[in-house]
Amino acid sequence: MIAEAIKTKSPSRSYTSTRNACKLCAPFGACIVFRGISGCIPLIHGSQGCSTYIRRYGISHFREPIDIASSNFTESTAIFGGRDNLELALSNVTRQYKPEAIGVTSTCLSETIGENVPMYIAQYEKDRSEREKNGGSKEPALFYASTPSYRGTHMDGFHEAIYSVVSKLAGTSVASENVEEPKHLNLISGFVSSEDLRELHKILSSFEMPYTLLPDYSESLDGGSWEEYQKLPKGGTPLESIRRMSSAVGTITLGESIPREHDASAWLESNFGVKAARVPMPIGIENTDAFFSQLTEFTGRPISQKWMDVRGRLIDAYIDGHKYCFGKKAIVYGEEDFVLAICSFLSELGIEPVLVATGAVSDSFKSRILSILKKNRSEPLVMDDADFVTMLEKAKDLSPDFVMGSSKGFYLAKNLEIPLIRCGFPIHDRMGGHRILHLGYRGTLNLFDLVCNTLMQIKQSSSKIGYTYI
Amino acid sequence: MDHDENMAVDTEEFKSEMLTRYPAKVAKKRKRQIVINQVDAGEQVPEILANSRTIPGILTMRGCSYAGCKGVVLGPTRDILQITHGPIGCGFYSWSTRRNQTRPETPDSPNYMTYAMSTDLQEDEIIFGGEKKLKAAIDEAVALFHPKAIGIFATCPVGLIGDDVHAVAREMEAKYPDINIFGFSCEGYKGVSQSAGHHVANNKVFTDVVGLDDTPKPGKFRFNILGEYNIGGDAFEIERIVAACGITLHSTFSGNSNYQEFISAHTVDLNTVMCHRSINYLAEMMEIKYGIPWFKVNFVGADATAKSLRKIAAFFGDKALMEQTEKVIEAEMVAVRKVRDEVKARCQGKKVMLFVGGSRAHHYQELFDEMGMETIAAGYEFAHRDDYEGRKVLPNILVDADSRNIEELKVEKDPERYKARKSEEEMEKMKTEGFTFNDYRGMMTEMKDKALIIDDLNHYEMEKLIEKYHPDVICAGVKEKYVVQKQGIPLKQLHSYDYMGPYAGFVGAINFYREIDRLVHSKVFKLTKAPWQDSPELTANYGWTN
Ligand code: SF4
Ligand code: SF4
Repeated sequence: MIAEAIKTKSPSRSYTSTRNACKLCAPFGACIVFRGISGCIPLIHGSQGCSTYIRRYGISHFREPIDIASSNFTESTAIFGGRDNLELALSNVTRQYKPEAIGVTSTCLSETIGENVPMYIAQYEKDRSEREKNGGSKEPALFYASTPSYRGTHMDGFHEAIYSVVSKLAGTSVASENVEEPKHLNLISGFVSSEDLRELHKILSSFEMPYTLLPDYSESLDGGSWEEYQKLPKGGTPLESIRRMSSAVGTITLGESIPREHDASAWLESNFGVKAARVPMPIGIENTDAFFSQLTEFTGRPISQKWMDVRGRLIDAYIDGHKYCFGKKAIVYGEEDFVLAICSFLSELGIEPVLVATGAVSDSFKSRILSILKKNRSEPLVMDDADFVTMLEKAKDLSPDFVMGSSKGFYLAKNLEIPLIRCGFPIHDRMGGHRILHLGYRGTLNLFDLVCNTLMQIKQSSSKIGYTYI
Repeated sequence: MDHDENMAVDTEEFKSEMLTRYPAKVAKKRKRQIVINQVDAGEQVPEILANSRTIPGILTMRGCSYAGCKGVVLGPTRDILQITHGPIGCGFYSWSTRRNQTRPETPDSPNYMTYAMSTDLQEDEIIFGGEKKLKAAIDEAVALFHPKAIGIFATCPVGLIGDDVHAVAREMEAKYPDINIFGFSCEGYKGVSQSAGHHVANNKVFTDVVGLDDTPKPGKFRFNILGEYNIGGDAFEIERIVAACGITLHSTFSGNSNYQEFISAHTVDLNTVMCHRSINYLAEMMEIKYGIPWFKVNFVGADATAKSLRKIAAFFGDKALMEQTEKVIEAEMVAVRKVRDEVKARCQGKKVMLFVGGSRAHHYQELFDEMGMETIAAGYEFAHRDDYEGRKVLPNILVDADSRNIEELKVEKDPERYKARKSEEEMEKMKTEGFTFNDYRGMMTEMKDKALIIDDLNHYEMEKLIEKYHPDVICAGVKEKYVVQKQGIPLKQLHSYDYMGPYAGFVGAINFYREIDRLVHSKVFKLTKAPWQDSPELTANYGWTN
């Protein structure tokens, strides 16, 4: 077989090439994180095409301006190195945007030629502290996320960017150390929607303890219309808040698939003794319960009645909708943590995911999915390193009822002639993809309605009589 | 002061104001890329600096060479299987995003446009080379589809790790002799924008595809359209119109096209060029090699469409054809005029800016003109001087390092297939009668004096333009869309058409009039301020504080 000629990373991979990929490249994820930090602009170190593609792609989902600069490699830069380009780009971006921070990412190109960006940045910072001493104005903080896309996916870029920001800033607050700081909490959100971030704010505030939510593009990637021109849309995690993450009572990270070397919470724990807790993405009752329990544990405060009420309504809805959901079969794909959480939610409803896929290469994906779906009547097909064409080939014999995931599953659903329930990222063929609420009890309720209504619609439109009460 | 003078003072002042914010070196460059139009005798216009590197850190609209080659020129072809050789992002982002439409001959005819195949290079291949993986990908593509042709597109890292896509193509073609396999060296860092990729694409299509099959399509008057990509169904509309006139459109490069049409494209008697920037190379080379004359057409705008149809019919010089063409125009124009008059009454005098493409910023001025709207500023994303000033400046364009790394092919007459389509005398006669060939007058010659021409517009300048002129509508791309609309100005995308269209031809003109009418009269922009925001006491602390 051809495929065996090449070492493939994953056993579930039968093809050498990737056909209709189920993943994006690493700098994309990093740029989203950087846009979720107050006054921060991403700068991609490489050819301008990557930055243009990434901007365009992000914009198609968020329908918001996303400025990403580039160091514009030329052919000779590619040969002789990009240090001058990077310095020029940094100073031009600083001048135009007056940003609080610049988040630099690498590309496959700059990684391939082995650019030592951390060294460039360190030197640039040294030079400018001279400039600042000589009366120059304060210059932006610089972060660097190494994001070669031949190693990992957009999620690796996402986590790496968070790590780069936290490891650079945490513990550097200049606020006087004698003043007693109020107790506070860290939450690292994972790649969720703008609406999800707003929901997390609501949840966190209800625990009445100051917090740092990182990243936070709830406003910067979902803002209103402008009264005045904004160079960089407002919103984002304040830098000062990130500096203080080192003294928090704990860090909760949503998602469990973050590789240790990218895990900012582990870094905070080992460097500052901030307790780290990783919980699954809070989708579905069990996962959300775990999240709330963790919040209670760190803050020492009870869950407010308001959330208990929502939880009650959610249980009630599950009971009402169970008859439509039970035994239905689903295909789920997307980022690892997202897929894990969606599967957990669907199985609470009695729906059996029959094909579960992620574009990332992951050793633990299958065992985790299987442990979540242990009550499935038949063992689901679990694929890491998956692409959409392979999914389609495998799905044909599984008689699924619906597909759940991003717009990229459109052809899959169309070919299988079953509905696609859009959630996650990217959604560029519907309005409001970034406003879909997935998280918490309210997010779960929202997804529940979506799933249930889709199933009811199938039932209704396939019925000859056309019941109006079903 | 009358309006024009007013604008004149304004533009000069505005330009220098805009430049003062740049550091000296940047200002020096931008000064040459921002020009105030003035058309003198002999269509002389001021020189503009175009196709020049974007300065690092300046937010450009431009993409890369790979995007121009794979995304623009080859992307719309349905049955050449395309493999991106590189890491996953480049291929993923170029996966059917441009909304080119296609209509396979039969439901079973191949259409790979929704299929994005990538070698998805991993670290091992970056270190040890990716040719082996590329070959495996070709094997797989053959096993799956057995396509007639396979194109391999190189992305940035490929050149640097020393993979030779051409060598792989040759080797695999030897293995599969009935499949045409060819590679494109369109690494993203080559050239200053997508434009370099257009050139790379043209060269390869010319050397490896066109001319392989001598079977013409039936028809007396046969021609090709080069540089029409069938966004929003534009090519369908053009096909409809030319068919009604009795002209055979043999091949469109590359909207709604297939491989068979490409390989036999040299059998026509005329090449017409829509987007001059992306494909004039191919027209030039086909003329030298096969003797096919070419001229520029424009099917954007009802009047421009009529003009182009007349010119094509006149080229063939057949009386019945010319009469039929007139009939078609007359019939089509009835509906066009009706909508135009209605819309014009509302849109007259409104102002527009266009910053897009390598031809669209020019072509679409026709449609705005027809609606009585004025273009006060325009510029291209990736065009060259000839697209601004006309082909007459071609001999004076300097070749810099960035253009030098794109191969210029040496083309000669094909000993068998070269055939002069018209005798020298005929051509001379036509020319003296005012018929132009190999022509493109450029955008500036057709714009008003004092209009602002800005090449490679960036974010900062867009912000300044809006602040100063507050146009009624701006045409650009998706990257500009939301930042402009946040400021209360509608933006029409002229890359993807906002997933609407067609806008070419007669039906397209009607669609566009209606679309612009809708945009400039949309109520929503008037709702941005809540009623209580009008009273100062209430809005006193509304502004951003930092
Ligand atoms: S890596 Fe190169 S080819 Fe790929 S998108 Fe970036 S600039 Fe274009
Ligand atoms: S070269 Fe790498 S970083 Fe750039 S678009 Fe391609 S995959 Fe992404």
